[in-house]
Amino acid sequence: MPEYAFHAYLFAAASAAAVFAIVDRYYDRLAQLPPLTIDGKPNYNMGPVKFATVAAMLWGIAGFTVGLYAALELAFPVLNFDLPWLSFGRIRPLHTSAVIFAFGGNVLIGTSFYVVQRTCRARLAGDLAPWFVVLGYNFFIVIAGTGYLLGITQSKEYAEPEWYADLWLTVVWVTYFLVYIGTIMRREEPHIYVANWFYLAFILTIAVLHLGNNAAIPVSLFSPKSYIVWSGVQDAMVQWWYGHNAVGFFLTAGFLAIMYYFIPKRADRPVYSYRLSIIHIWALIFLYIWAGPHHLHYTALPDWAQTLGMTFSVMLWMPSWRGMINGLMTLSGAWDKLRTDPVLRMMVVSVAFYGMATFEGPLMSVKAVNSLSHYTDWTIGHVHSGALGWVAYVSFGAIYCLVPWLWNRRELYSLKLVNWHFWISSLGIVFYISAMWVSGILQGLMWRAYTSLGFLEYSFIETVEAMHPFYLIRALGGALFLAGALIMVVNLWKTVTSVSELEAAPGVRPALAAA
Amino acid sequence: MAAEQRPHVDAVTGTATTGHEWDGVRELNTPLPRWWLWLFYVTIIWSVGYWIVYPSWPLISSYTRGTFGWRSREAVVTELSLLKAQRGPMMQQLATAPLQQIADDPLLLDFARAVGKTAFADNCAPCHGAGGGGAKGYPNLNDDEWLWGGSLDAITHTIRTGIRSNHPDTRPGSMPTFGRDNMLQRPDINAAADYVRSLAGLPVAPNVDLARGAKVFADNCAVCHGRKGHGQARSASTISFRSCAGTAARARRARRYWSTSRTGASTSSSSRSGRRRSTT
Repeated sequence: MPEYAFHAYLFAAASAAAVFAIVDRYYDRLAQLPPLTIDGKPNYNMGPVKFATVAAMLWGIAGFTVGLYAALELAFPVLNFDLPWLSFGRIRPLHTSAVIFAFGGNVLIGTSFYVVQRTCRARLAGDLAPWFVVLGYNFFIVIAGTGYLLGITQSKEYAEPEWYADLWLTVVWVTYFLVYIGTIMRREEPHIYVANWFYLAFILTIAVLHLGNNAAIPVSLFSPKSYIVWSGVQDAMVQWWYGHNAVGFFLTAGFLAIMYYFIPKRADRPVYSYRLSIIHIWALIFLYIWAGPHHLHYTALPDWAQTLGMTFSVMLWMPSWRGMINGLMTLSGAWDKLRTDPVLRMMVVSVAFYGMATFEGPLMSVKAVNSLSHYTDWTIGHVHSGALGWVAYVSFGAIYCLVPWLWNRRELYSLKLVNWHFWISSLGIVFYISAMWVSGILQGLMWRAYTSLGFLEYSFIETVEAMHPFYLIRALGGALFLAGALIMVVNLWKTVTSVSELEAAPGVRPALAAA
Repeated sequence: MAAEQRPHVDAVTGTATTGHEWDGVRELNTPLPRWWLWLFYVTIIWSVGYWIVYPSWPLISSYTRGTFGWRSREAVVTELSLLKAQRGPMMQQLATAPLQQIADDPLLLDFARAVGKTAFADNCAPCHGAGGGGAKGYPNLNDDEWLWGGSLDAITHTIRTGIRSNHPDTRPGSMPTFGRDNMLQRPDINAAADYVRSLAGLPVAPNVDLARGAKVFADNCAVCHGRKGHGQARSASTISFRSCAGTAARARRARRYWSTSRTGASTSSSSRSGRRRSTT
């Protein structure tokens, strides 16, 4: 198994590097651990946050590029060049994992470590532990990504890494949870801020989902292959309990936490409603966990489970919208800032996309709609209106805020470039999702069209041919989105390298907007 | 940090905050918007109603069936039987009618074409092209060249039994590997190739030994491709194609014939190919 051996070498190399780093640090260290406070102000630990921020941008660019290539492969299959590692089946999980877990994951870990320190006024718990979380998580990403290219997969959507990568992630994730809860426990504030509720819900639930869905028995210690303990329809149900709540808790709860901190910060306004926040989190976490079966409508899943999945998805509509209301209405009294601050505009548009996607989701979970939309590109359009419009935009907004704060810069290098980023990628998103909506509905209608004699009107290959122009438009949209992200990287790079430092005491926040 | 004595009020909205502040962020204590609350109640009421009429909650060994009595399995059965009724007796007729009868009955022919269009597109088009134009390695189905015969019966047979399939009556298409299996030496192969080109009316080099090629062809190729390389298909297939189509009996004969020499190739190829050469 040369692929498995390759991963063993990677583990060995990472372990050696870790040992070296720890020993090196031991000899370089001060006589005692870094102080928790300096002159009565918290001595924040921002190193891991910086690392996660840089990693997020790198993985983001990689993930968007792979996504664009996958889109082009769908339009022009010849682009796989008959190379196994470049085939769509391996590129696709590489794309999804790179954008969700590598880009999104680093954004979540980075912002959560930032927000928990600032809102608790406490230094991150642990000395090596926060670095272990950040580095260990990124090592997991490397193992997962190279594994896909080499053909190592357990074939569970969004949970493709094999047993040894899963075990490693479990260790990292438990450490993450301990660092997070440890920091909250040493807080100087009497109450826990709402963003931290959402981060905690995200960390805790992802742990449970990860363990439940990846319960597997390896063939042997010397083989990457394992078999999932669930079988048949139970496996399908567990998979989508995991899959939908990866959306609910990774891509929603975690990024709502970002919204709850960065939007009020950037707008310099109070959060719209504390009462909404409370109802928001409890309703969201209670209802989301039931919604998975809507991915398995009209399958072998028992009717009762399908009903519950559908009805809980519909009840989830309003709890999702209370997040949108809380995000949007936080701007009351500051709407004029949308004209002048493209970073705030990006985050506000992301909340609008969140509202749109969380209306579309319950709609698509209704069985009658699902019978048309399921297995079509409509699903891809829905996912990307959430992924590009909501998750990526709120992440971009947060990173635009974070970089000047972390590197102690006066302002962003150029708000004009942010503006360009915003409009180019917004155009890309519109191309992407409208192409997929049209394509998906067309596809669904073609699949179910019957002739008057009672035969299918279209063959499968005809429906594939009909998709081609939309696949081109989708690829164009993806290219624009990638172009916007590249503009962002340039802007952030120039911010760190050429914007003058803010002259302020450490731990004091620089001005928010350059405008 | 600490809770303030009197409620802190936001100057812009005039709404009281909760009194806490985290890193400069406060929270207003705005009540829940009414429209929102009512929509939330509506979705809950709708869901409860849905649970009552459709299968929903699991019990110990069963589940609540719902007052509508709806089952997805029964819904599929109903839809399939509706489709069957729509296709009607024509489908039955099509299954049993002889090919000629279908060709002669315009109504039945239309129906057959409707079935055939989808069947072709889902099963044949991936290789032969949506229009049947063929691709490299996959013959064109639009012209008059038929490797295995172009009559209705012949095409039906080809579709039913396949080519080089496991079906006992399959079309045989396994030309032996004369070179690899040492059945012919390179000079003989070259001579035969030149001879084949001459048969097809293609130019050949002036100094080639066509007589030697003709003998090799007659001894090794003609048994399937015919003495003049016209193939055995009913329509006039020419040498430039791999055709050696014939009746099912002929296919079986040919497979027996070639299988003996091919299986021998791996164990004692020299003696067998020697024997074959000696018989020529």
